[in-house]
Order: sequence, then structure tokens, then C-alpha cells
Amino acid sequence: MSAAAPILDVQDLRTHFFTQDGVTRAVDGVSFTLAPGETLGIVGESGCGKSVTALSILRLLPPRLSRIVGGRVVFEGADLVTLDEAAMREIRGNRIAMIFQEPMTSLNPVLTIGAQIAEAVRIHQGASRKDALARAVEMLKLVRIPDAERRVGDYPHQFSGGMRQRVMIAMALSCNPRLLLADEPTTALDVTVQKQILRLMLELKERIGSAVILITHDLGVIAETARRVVVMYAGRVVEQAEVTALFDAPLHPYTRGLMASIPRLKHNRAKRLAEIPGIVPDLRTPIPGCAFAPRCPLATGRCREAAPPLEDQGGGHLAACWEAGRA
Amino acid sequence: MSPVLAVEGLVKHFPILRGVLRRPVAWVRAVDGVSFAIDAGETLCLVGESGCGKSTVARLVLRLEQPTEGSIRLDGTDVTALDERAFAPFRRRVQIVFQDPYASLNPRLKVGQIVGEPLENYEGLRGKALQERVAGLLAKVGLRPEAVGRYPFEFSGGQRQRIGLARALALNPRLIVADEPVSALDVSVQAQVLNLMMDLQEEFGLAYLFVSHDLAVVEHIGHRIAVMYLGEIVEIGPKQAVLDDPRHPYTRALVAAAPVPDPRAKRDALVLEGDVPSPLNPPAGCRFHTRCPFVMARCRQEAPVLREVTPGRRAACHLLDA
Repeated sequence: MSAAAPILDVQDLRTHFFTQDGVTRAVDGVSFTLAPGETLGIVGESGCGKSVTALSILRLLPPRLSRIVGGRVVFEGADLVTLDEAAMREIRGNRIAMIFQEPMTSLNPVLTIGAQIAEAVRIHQGASRKDALARAVEMLKLVRIPDAERRVGDYPHQFSGGMRQRVMIAMALSCNPRLLLADEPTTALDVTVQKQILRLMLELKERIGSAVILITHDLGVIAETARRVVVMYAGRVVEQAEVTALFDAPLHPYTRGLMASIPRLKHNRAKRLAEIPGIVPDLRTPIPGCAFAPRCPLATGRCREAAPPLEDQGGGHLAACWEAGRA
Repeated sequence: MSPVLAVEGLVKHFPILRGVLRRPVAWVRAVDGVSFAIDAGETLCLVGESGCGKSTVARLVLRLEQPTEGSIRLDGTDVTALDERAFAPFRRRVQIVFQDPYASLNPRLKVGQIVGEPLENYEGLRGKALQERVAGLLAKVGLRPEAVGRYPFEFSGGQRQRIGLARALALNPRLIVADEPVSALDVSVQAQVLNLMMDLQEEFGLAYLFVSHDLAVVEHIGHRIAVMYLGEIVEIGPKQAVLDDPRHPYTRALVAAAPVPDPRAKRDALVLEGDVPSPLNPPAGCRFHTRCPFVMARCRQEAPVLREVTPGRRAACHLLDA
């Protein structure tokens, strides 16, 4: 683990949604840190709170429906949870940038891509219109869009899905962010294009020196890109470890179940896949114990009553499980 | 014995209509000469990236689209040109499971009605006989008997896919066409549905035409694999041969690009440049030549034909001449 002070320190983050049907505890006590330049993967299934965690860091959630009800998000010394909106705007797209899943809906269809990249540069770096556009061309070249000088005047619909995601990356990196949040950046893309985009993102991150939080449901993408991994389940962190340690010896029964249930290419040619029985719990009902207990083969009475803390099980491998020692 | 499904030279071109007279100004060559056969109890997987025509092939097999050219045989009978009435007895032999379990079940019908409807339509079942058959089908797919009286919204994605499977099984089909049936599901639930599909295949001797973009899923459930690119099959054969020793550069690139859930894995460094070209105007010669790392002059002019490379496996690539 890096000895340098973390660039991001998330402690006991709690984000709740207030709906007509009650309070949904989408993020329910999430903690992790990120060293400068590090790539952290957050993995989990739909509804586990991984995207809400990223949106909470940037405070991009709808204010009437949702609220960060507890915890801290310390970025470069400031707690983003309590920062005023003007200071937050200085950070968004500048010190912390985000890449979204859907490159079609996250680009403005009526503005040229040059104007969209230049906007952030003008706002955050006070660049003139001309300089900002030059920067946009430079960024398009960086993400290897052919014929950048001409394409800077094109609109999003004139680009393919993979090319649009390159534009998103160009836009996100245009202000040299210290932290890049990538929320399922390649999920909407075909595999051969996914490989190009992941490579490009990691190469440029090295060049700029940004730290990256990569959010995905795909354990394959995690294994190929992240250095450290946070596994989430039902709004909580269940396990956190270096990527090789996690794949070599997953400690939490949920992580183990997840890894056993994925079909693997040229591997694991068992007749049947392991299944995790049951379904994810309803987050509108408070869960007193471990959220995974109802589906867990190792669950005891204690698991249903008290939530296990996220504890070091040795060598910096954290797991939130009362039975983590029992394999 | 003839295969459950045999398609020969299947072609589907969609017109792009413009102007007041809605005249075709161009054609999308979605499927351009595809042939394959599936035996009873066998799973053929169609893989490829978006726009390769795999879903169009599925729709053609189901006769949801009429082919531009080519033939479709079910158990040896050519059904390509049959009108709706003559096709009716065949329709029950081919059923479908859709990708999106949220959009493919009528939200206003109870599960019992959804699963029972094909039995009412085709077998005229009513009352107790119908109830018994529906209960049996629900049990087969691992749903509790109470499910009969519930609505789709009360079920999770994986359970809805089970309902979709029960509906597909209702008429004892010979072939189930499954278009990305697990890609909308979380991995832990995906495993449940894949296992169920394999169990049902064994029990009923079903043939599956399984459309997917996920090679790991395909390797798990498939017996044979057909790889499609821009409306054509570029390689087809037994799954292990195709995945372990791909002979077409596109197959190799697809295998290389599939993310491996093992941080220590050694990976094929092959990365394709660019995106899939538009099927509106596919490249001349070999359609893959614009992205192929091994392209030769010949590939730009002459389209390679599928030929046998190892027993039961065919590929279409000029490199195989060398």
C-alpha cells in the first residue's frame, strides 16, 4: 500500500433516497481511501450502491430525492460533503472528472464536441475561446481520433459509440484532473472496442498522473485494470483487497459466490455454474445484521443480528464477515 | 434424420426509404448468406458484435421477418414461403426467450395467464386442465405455485426470465431461440438461468439457437459456435476448437478482447483498431479487411468463402490458403 497521504478518503458515507415508498439506504456506511495515481475498482451487482457512491463524491444526486446523511468525503484536505456549491463547482470537471456509461446521453446533441470539450477548459482554466478550442483539438489527438482538426466541429451523432467514449475521455481529462471517476465506461461498447477504450484510459491516466475509480459489474474488467478492489453488496463494502489477493483468495462468502458463478473462458469447464441462491435484499427495510446473511451458506444467528465490521483479515485484506476465517 | 433447424443461404436486406414515394435509396445488408443447422439437444451459439446480424438471424428463424433470399427448414420441411395459416402448426415448434425480462412480459397479465395463453390458443385448454399444465410448467422452471396469481412486477429479473422460459416451454417446442437471454441479468442470477436452460435442454431434448455477445457464457452453454461479422458467418465449429484455436483473425480478436477474471492471466495482445463498419456499405472483398491486422492485397478485392479447416469446423479467410 502506498505510504503517500491519500488523495481521497471516504469514511462511513451514507446516502439515502427519500421516496414515497420510504427511505432507500442506497449507500450505507462505505469507507475506502485512494492513493494519488492509484486505480481502484469498485465492483458489485445492480443496486449495490457503486454508482451512487461515485455520484455522492461529486454531489451529483438529485437534491430533493436524496441526501448524504452521514460520513465524510475528504479530497485534497477538504470535506466534499460540507463544501459550498460554488467551491464544489470548482472541483467538478476540473480536479475530479467523471466518465459515464452511456456516451450517447452524456454528450449534448446540439453542441459540437469541440465546444463541449472547450467549455470545461474555458470555465476552469480561464482559457480564451481560441485557446480552448486548440486544447480540444489537442485532446482529440490524445485520444486518437483521426483527423482531429476537422472532427472537432462535428456533432455527437456523427461519431460511433467507441468514438463518443473517446470524446468523453478527452473531455474528462482536458483539465488534468487529479481524480477520474469512470462509471461503467465500457459497458455499452462491444468487446473489441472495450479493450481499446480501457487501454487508452489507463495509458492517459498514467501520463496525466490521475487516480482512477473504475466502477463496473464485470470482474474481468476489474482483473485487467484495477490495482485494488472494493466489493460492494447492498450499499455496503463487504471486501477490499489488492487485486491478486482478491482473486487468489476471496474471503467474503459473497465475493466467493460471485467468482464461482461467472462462466470463465478456457477455464472452469464444470458442467454447472455455482449459483448464489435468492435475491438481493430490499434496501427500504433496515438490515440489522449482515446484508448477505439470507443468501449466505455460512450464516449463523449472530450474522442476522449484528452487522460485521470491515476488518483487516491479514496483509491489508479487509472483509466484513463474522465467519471470514471459516472457508 | 434431418436437423431440427437448417437454414441455407439466408439473406435479409432492409430498405432505407426516402422521399414522398418512400422509394428505397439504399439497403442495409443485415444478413448476407448465412447457413447452419442445429440438431435436437444441441445448442448453436451465434456470437458477434452489435450490428453483425445475429439478432436478425434469430428473427428470421422465428419468421418475425421474411427473408430476402434463402431457405429455412424445420425438421426437414421448407417453411420459408408458407403463409401464416400454413405456418401455424410450425410456429409452436419454435419459441423464443427475449433479452429484456422487463419488456417481454405483459404487465397487466398474471403469470398464470402469461404462461397459459399459448396453451389456450394452440391446444384449447381451459379450466382445471389448463391450471394443471401451468402449475407443472412453473415447477419445471423453479417457481413456486403461488406465482400463478402474481403480476410480473412482483418478480426479480431472474425470476421473470424463468417465467419467459415457462411460456416458451408451454407448447413443447423443438427449438428455442434465445436472444441474449442472460445479458440483462446480474452474474449471480445469470448462473441460475444458464443452469436451468441446460437442465431443460437435457430433459426435453431441446435445440437452442443462443444469441450472445459474451464468449464465456457461450462457452459454457454452447456445443457449437458461429461467429458473425457484418452479416456473414466468418467461422463456425465445435466450441472448444473455435475458442481454443481460432482460425479467423476476427474470432481470435474476439477471444483476445474478452476480459479475463484473473489478474495473473496471460493475454493475447491482439487489439483491433476502429469500429465495425456500417452494414449499409460493407467493405469490398473480405468484410473484415478494414480492421484485420493480417490484411493482404487479395483481401481487399476477393471475398473469402467458408471452407472446412478441421473436421466440422469452417472458416472464411485467405490466410488459410497459406
